Amino acid sequence: MSASANNAELDRTACAVADAAHAAQASATAGDIVCAANIAENPYKRDFPLLANHPDLVFLDSAATAQRPAAVLDAQRRFYEEMNANALRGLYRLSVEATEAIEIARQRVAKFIGAPDAHDIVLTRNASESLNIVAKAFAPTVLKPGDEVCITIMEHHSNLIPWQQACRAAGAKLVYLYPDENGVITPEEMDAKIGPKTKILSVVHVSNVLGVQNPVEELGRRVHEQGGYLVVDGAQSTPHIHVDVQAIGADFFAFSAHKLFGPFGMGVLWGRDELLNAMPPFLTGGEMIDSVTEQDATWAPVPEKFEAGTQDAAGIYATAAAIAYVESVGLDVIAAREQALVRYCMDEMAKLPFVTIIGSPDPDMHHGVISFNVDGIHPHDVASILDMDQVAIRAGHHCAQPLLTWLGVENLACCRASLAFYNDKKDVDALIEGLGNVWRTFNG
Amino acid sequence: MANIYTAALMEHNAHPDYKYDMEGATDEHEGVNPSCGDEMVLKLRIEDGIIEEAAFTGHGCAVSQASADMMADLVTGETVEEARRLCGLFMKMVKGETLTDEEKEDLDEAAQLESISHMPARVKCAELGWRTLSEIIGE
Repeated sequence: MSASANNAELDRTACAVADAAHAAQASATAGDIVCAANIAENPYKRDFPLLANHPDLVFLDSAATAQRPAAVLDAQRRFYEEMNANALRGLYRLSVEATEAIEIARQRVAKFIGAPDAHDIVLTRNASESLNIVAKAFAPTVLKPGDEVCITIMEHHSNLIPWQQACRAAGAKLVYLYPDENGVITPEEMDAKIGPKTKILSVVHVSNVLGVQNPVEELGRRVHEQGGYLVVDGAQSTPHIHVDVQAIGADFFAFSAHKLFGPFGMGVLWGRDELLNAMPPFLTGGEMIDSVTEQDATWAPVPEKFEAGTQDAAGIYATAAAIAYVESVGLDVIAAREQALVRYCMDEMAKLPFVTIIGSPDPDMHHGVISFNVDGIHPHDVASILDMDQVAIRAGHHCAQPLLTWLGVENLACCRASLAFYNDKKDVDALIEGLGNVWRTFNG
Repeated sequence: MANIYTAALMEHNAHPDYKYDMEGATDEHEGVNPSCGDEMVLKLRIEDGIIEEAAFTGHGCAVSQASADMMADLVTGETVEEARRLCGLFMKMVKGETLTDEEKEDLDEAAQLESISHMPARVKCAELGWRTLSEIIGE
């Protein structure tokens, strides 16, 4: 079998289940979008075994980790049953196939985010590791004492602490962009914070608390004018919106698979080719070398240079299946359905005088995420009482303590319901009813 | 799952008899629960080995506030030694160990928090007052 025929075979297998499940929706038509926005119907839930196994569960925590479709679970299993061997170092056919499965997955990831070359897709364990590669391996090559790194106050800790550390190591200053009352970073704020000292601007694409999408294109244009670099944390954007790293003008883009209906333990870092090539490695060890002597070593080309140690080949294969699944449903369809769900949920919440929504009053700015508080009731009590009705939400600081401090919310905590396209109207109704129970529990 | 938000818990949360800033305390200690952002200062007035007065200030979730109020109610008037024993019983219970009926009776209303052991994320809330007490009087 020729290499390309083999590739095609693996590719077909990886995506067969997902593609078959939604063949009719391979490219979203206006009709598909209308159907998707009909939240009273739910043709998606059946794709997710966990949701089928827990018919009474109302899962509203997809921003923490999404559920996985059968296509992803099947791919993971199929890798071990049909392709399992250690990738990269194999001289026999099975290992070559495992290697090819990784490379095909890399190509699918590249296409998914509009990366021009699959070689610039570094496969990591999670978005945090991806961002740490940039902060630990790239930042020291450009930061000098007195320089500035600019981030937003709405960063997840994974795009915040690495920059605290990088700034401390370089003697640079960490500068914050603050949004207005609707969660929007205004041009005036950009004028005030992005200047000649800004060497790196690292920004969350979609906030995991406010749900707002940041103007990354505009931010990129501004930082590039100053000779700096744009890093984008796409952990919360990739499950909801089309991403094109070139259109954004990103220099680095990070995301994780588990929020994208893929396996745990898989992350992606894309970087511009010349930057990745010029950077030193992050982790060192097996698989990332060209040659090794007693006292020295040279590095493998990108991306292997950043992929020390044995890769989770099955996880990578399953990540490709997750992307295939998302593409088969269609991000337009996903976005339309999530918007309809968020709109309905926020309309219903507005009827509860004791609920305060955090962030923009415009549902279209929330990307599946609705953070809120219930008057006088601690978010952990809210979550515990909702749990009795099998409604699963997140409550706490959402790995964004500086944001909650800045927002001034009581107890530095809030509730968060995060909706995915596999949710439906019944799920929202259960949340609203549950919130009524929360209120009555405390107020008779 | 048993509802931990019982009438007694809600009453202690809404009207905590022991939530005030005590004057003339002999001992005090600050307890925090970083996962919830709960903060509490527990003050005791111990005379001749007896806890004459126990009171707390601070803020937190209903479980932490009510549990601390139940604790203060239970140990007021008890010897330090007995308070230590009750504290040990409570900690055992919320960690999921079974108590005898007599032991549950000794914990009075606080025994209603037994099922919190099935909610690991909330055990720290229920423990806060008791843990702060044990940091003053020892285990």
